[in-house]
Amino acid sequence: MDFLRPASWEEALAAKAEHPTAVPIAGGTDVMVEINFDHRRPEYLLDLNRIGELSEWEVGQESVRLGASVPYSSIMEHLRAELPGLALASHTVASPQIRNRGGVGGNLGTASPAGDAHPALLAADCEVEAESVRGTRLIPIDAFYTGVKRNALEPDELIRAVHIRKADGPQQYSKVGTRNAMVIAVCAFGIALHPETRTVRTGIGSAAPTPIRAKEAEEFLNAALEEGGFWENGKIITPAIAQQFAALASGACNPIDDVRGTARYRRHAVGIMARRTLGWTWEQYRGVGRTLEGAA
Amino acid sequence: MTTRPEATTRPEATTRPAATTPKAQNTPSGTPTKITQGSPTKGGIGESTLRPDGTLKVTGEFAYSSDMWHEDMLWGQTLRSTVAHAEIVSIDTSEALATSGVYAVMTYDDLPAAMKNYGLEIQDTPVLAHGKVRHHGEPVAIVAADHPETARRAAAKIRIEYRELPLITDEASATAPDAVLVHEGRDDHHIGHVPHPNIVHRQPIIRGDADEAAKRADVIVTGEYTFGMQDQAFLGPESGLAVPSEDGGVELYVATQWLHSDLGQIAPVLGLPEDKVRMTLSGVGGAFGGREDISMQIHACLLALRTGKPVKIVYNRFESFFGHVHRHPAKLHYEHGATKDGKLTHMKCRIVLDGGAYASASPAVVGNASSLSVGPYKIEDVDIEAVALYTNNPPCGAMRGFGAVQACFAYEAQMDKLAAKLDMDPVEFRQLNAMEQGTLLPTGQVCDSPAPVAELLRRVKARPLPPEQEWLTAGAAGTSVDVRALPGGLSNTTHGEGVVRGVGYAVGLKNVGFSEGFDDYSTARVRMEVINGEPVATVHTAMAEVGQGGVTVHAQIARTELGVNQVTIHPADTRVGSAGSTSASRQTYVTGGAVKNSCEAVREKVLELGRTKFGTYHPAWATAELLLEGGKVVTDGGEVLADLADVLEDEAIDIELEWRHRPTEAFDLRTGQGNGHVQYSFAAHRAVVEVDTELGLVKVIELACAQDVGKALNPLSVLGQIQGGTLQGMGVAVMEEIIVDPKTAKVRNPSFTDYLLPTILDTPTIPVDVLELADEHAPYGLRGIGEAPTLSSTPAVLAAIRNATGLELNRTPVRPEHLTST
Repeated sequence: MDFLRPASWEEALAAKAEHPTAVPIAGGTDVMVEINFDHRRPEYLLDLNRIGELSEWEVGQESVRLGASVPYSSIMEHLRAELPGLALASHTVASPQIRNRGGVGGNLGTASPAGDAHPALLAADCEVEAESVRGTRLIPIDAFYTGVKRNALEPDELIRAVHIRKADGPQQYSKVGTRNAMVIAVCAFGIALHPETRTVRTGIGSAAPTPIRAKEAEEFLNAALEEGGFWENGKIITPAIAQQFAALASGACNPIDDVRGTARYRRHAVGIMARRTLGWTWEQYRGVGRTLEGAA
Repeated sequence: MTTRPEATTRPEATTRPAATTPKAQNTPSGTPTKITQGSPTKGGIGESTLRPDGTLKVTGEFAYSSDMWHEDMLWGQTLRSTVAHAEIVSIDTSEALATSGVYAVMTYDDLPAAMKNYGLEIQDTPVLAHGKVRHHGEPVAIVAADHPETARRAAAKIRIEYRELPLITDEASATAPDAVLVHEGRDDHHIGHVPHPNIVHRQPIIRGDADEAAKRADVIVTGEYTFGMQDQAFLGPESGLAVPSEDGGVELYVATQWLHSDLGQIAPVLGLPEDKVRMTLSGVGGAFGGREDISMQIHACLLALRTGKPVKIVYNRFESFFGHVHRHPAKLHYEHGATKDGKLTHMKCRIVLDGGAYASASPAVVGNASSLSVGPYKIEDVDIEAVALYTNNPPCGAMRGFGAVQACFAYEAQMDKLAAKLDMDPVEFRQLNAMEQGTLLPTGQVCDSPAPVAELLRRVKARPLPPEQEWLTAGAAGTSVDVRALPGGLSNTTHGEGVVRGVGYAVGLKNVGFSEGFDDYSTARVRMEVINGEPVATVHTAMAEVGQGGVTVHAQIARTELGVNQVTIHPADTRVGSAGSTSASRQTYVTGGAVKNSCEAVREKVLELGRTKFGTYHPAWATAELLLEGGKVVTDGGEVLADLADVLEDEAIDIELEWRHRPTEAFDLRTGQGNGHVQYSFAAHRAVVEVDTELGLVKVIELACAQDVGKALNPLSVLGQIQGGTLQGMGVAVMEEIIVDPKTAKVRNPSFTDYLLPTILDTPTIPVDVLELADEHAPYGLRGIGEAPTLSSTPAVLAAIRNATGLELNRTPVRPEHLTST
C-alpha cells in the first residue's frame, strides 16, 4: 500500500487523477476501520491531512461552506446556530475522540446508509463541492447517493467542501441505537423546517439502501401546513397530520433485517422519530420549544 | 502509599516502569517485576489500601501481556475455520511457507507429541484441527513470521478445502435420532450417564416429591426462558510471548487465569516435562472466566520451539471473539407452585445449556446450574435437571456467575409471576420464602453460615427511590431537557415522550470456590528478612491478578499477620505451587487463606527464633500471647519485646505451604445429593429503569445493591467488585449478546461495533450496601464476592422493564424490537 501525502489541494487532485483507485483519508475514522478489519486493502491511500483549508469553514449569506475535514466536534461547537440539525447529528457520532477526527467529507465519501450526517444534510439541503483536475462541480445532495456505499463522485474527484443551506427555521435529528452513546444507527431521522420557502425537508438514515428523503411525507406535510395556514397562524399541528406524516415517513423506508435490528422495527422507529421531531421543531417554530442539554 | 519496583533482589530492574526497563537477554521487556508496597500506616486487612497497579493502569504505563517485546522475536498468527462444521479435505501450506519473512507454518501433522488435545476437564479440544472443524473460528494452522502483517498475509495464503457437514445448533438437532455426533468415540467419564453423545453432562437433582407437593399448590406458574450468549469482553485481548530456552524447554509469559492449569495442558502437547515449561504471569487486562481455557499459549510455544526464536501472539478484537469461550446461552423451563398464603410448594426445572463444540467448563457449569437452580429460597420438593449440549455453536465455558446467572434470570422472573398471581408484594413474597442459615438445600447440603437473604432485600427496598423526571432541568430560558438522562441518551430520541418508569427486584444464590469434590487448594510462599535495617515480607504465589485486587489483599494480609510495613509481591509464576484459578469468587478466600496460613507459619518461626535469642531476657517470651506489630514482637498487652530486625538479623525465614478449605463432595449422578459447595454468596438488587415504550429504548437509572461479604478485607475493592458485577449483569439485560446465525452457526457480530458494552452514559448510579456477617469457616470470616452481584442485576433490570411495560419478556438481553413487538 502506498501512502500519498500531497502538500496542497492541487497536488491532491493531481494524485487522484494519476491514481483514481486511491482512497482519500482524512480523520480515518471510517477508512482505518475497514483496513483494520481487512475488508479493504487499497493500493493507494491519499492522505489529505496536510491540506489545512479542508478543516476550515466560511459562513456566507445563504449557506455555510463546510470544509470536508472540519471535525464533528467543531460543527457542534461553532455551527450550532447555522447548522443545528448537523450539529445534533454530529453529537451522535461515536465518541469524543472520533468526533475530534472525523468529518462530513468522510461520511459522504463512504456513503454508508448508516452515516450519521446524511439525514441532517438531506433535511437542511446542501450541495457537495466535488473537484478534479478537470474542474469543479456542485452535486445536489439529492443526486449524491447512488447506491449502497456508492456516490456520484467520478473516480478522479475529491470532496472539497459541502455547501449547506443555513438554517432558516428549527431543525432536529434523532437516531436509534441500542446503547445510549457511541453507537451505530439502527435508524435515524432528520427534519428541517424552512419557513422562508414554507417547506419541510427530511432525511432518513439506515432504513434503505441509501440515505433518503421521505418525499411523500414532505409533500403531504407541505400541503397540509399550507392548507391549514399553519405557517402564519402558528397553531399546534393536529395529531392527525403528525400521524399521517409519521406513517408516510415510515412508508418511505426500505430497510433490511440485520444484526442491529429488524426491518419492521426500523419502519416503526422512523415513524416515531418523524412524529416526535416534527413536534419539537414545530413547537420551536411557535416559540414554545424547550432547550436541550447534553446535546449539541 | 507508594509503589516502586523492587530494587534489592533483581539487578536488572531500575526505577522505571516495567514496560521501558532494559532487560537481560532472556527476559522480555514488559515482564512483570516485583511490586513492593510500603506504607507509613499499617495497611492491614479492613483498610482500603490502594492497588499497586492502579495508577499505572490509569496513566497507561502498566505493561499488559500484549506490550511485551523481545529482541529477534517473531509474530505468530492463527488461521481459523471459516465454516462451523466440515471435514477438512486438504490443506496446502506451500504458498504460505514460500512467503519471504515466514519462518514456520504448522498444522495438525506438525504436532510433536502423542498428545494433541487439551481441555479443562475433558481433553476434547484439538490444538490444531484434525480432519474436521467443529465451530466457526476453530484454529487450523499457525504461522510465524518476522512481522505481524507478513504472518497475517501468509496465513491467508493457506488453502483449505472443506466438505461441509450437517449443523448441530440446538437441543432438537443435537438429540435427533439420526443426529451427527459432534464428537465420535467419546471416552470421557460423563459418557456413561448422558442420554445422548451430543450431551456433555447431565445432572438431575431430586428431593422430596414435586408432583405430590404440587397438589398442595393454590397457584402454579410456568415459564420458558431464554438467556443469550454473553461475552467476557475483557479489554486486554489474548496475548503472550514464548521464549525457547537452552535446555530445550520454553519460557512462557502470558495473561491467564490459572498458570498451573495451563501448564498441565501445555506440557503434554509440547512433549515436555512440566519443569521445562516455565510460566510467568504477564499483565492481564481482565478475564471474567474467558481466560480459564487455553488460547494462544500452546501455539506460541509450538512456534517458538519449532523456530528456536521467541514468538509473540496477540489477538485483535475480532479474533478475541473466537479466541475464548463465552457464557452458555440457555433455555430454561421452570414450574413453581405456592399456597395462597405465599409459601412455595415445589419447583421443577429443566435447564439446557449450549456448550458449543468443545466441553471446556460445561460439566461444572451444569453442576452449578442444577444445584443453584432453586435460588435462595426454601423449597423442599424439587425435580431439577440440567444438561449441556455439544453443538457446532461457539464453545462456551466459564464466565462470572457460571451457570447460576442463567438460572437466576429464570427463577426470579418466576418469583415475580407468583407474587403477581397471589397479589402479593414481590419483595415480601421473596422474604417469606427466603433461605437462611440452617436451610436444607435441594442437594441435601445445609447452609451453615449466615444467609441474610430477607435482610438484603429489605435493605434495597428501604432505599429512597431516585427522583422522577431527572431529565427536566431549569435551563437559562425556562425548562430544559437533558437528553443524557433519558432513554436514547445522546441520540436525542425522546424529550420525555413515551417514557415510563419501572422498578424491579431480584436476589441470587452463588457458590464460592470449586465444588463437587474438587481438590481446590492454593499455595503461598512467604519469606521474611531484614533489608536495609527494615523487616520485609515477600509473598510469592501463582495467583493470577486479573484485576480483582489479589495483590493488594495479599500485602494487607502479610502486614496484619507479620506486623511489617514493607511487603513485596513476587511476580506470579510456576516456580511456586498452584494457586488454583482466579475464578469462582475464590481467590481471596483460598489464596488469601494460603497467604494467611503461610504467614502464620513464618510468624511461629520468628517467635521461635526470638525465644532462642532473647527468651531469657523477659519472661513474657514464654508466657504471653505474642504478636508481630509495627516491626516488633509485642505481647498481647502491647509490651514490646524485640525489634524484628534484631530477631532476624541476617536470617531469612522462607516457607511454602499448601492450604485447603473444607472438602466438598461430588453430587450423586441420579439424585444430585451431596455437600457439593464450599460457601454460598448472596446479593440483592433493586433496579429503577425508564423505558421509552414507543421506541423500546431503556435507560437504567439506578441499580441499588446489598451484599453480604462476610468481612471486607479491602472495602474499596469490595465496592469495585460489586459495581463491576452489577454493570456486567446489566449489560446482558439490555445489550450484550453474541449473535450466532442459526442457519450457519457463524458469529455475526465479532466486534465492539456490534457487540455492545455499556458506556459510562449507560451506567446507572450504583449505591451499595455492604453487610459483614462472618462465616466462621472462612479466613477472617470472609465471603467470596466477585460473582453474586452479576446474578441478581440482570433479573432486577428485567423485572423493572416488565414493571414499566407490562410485557412478559422471557428473554435476555431485551432488544428494542421485543419492547415494541416489531
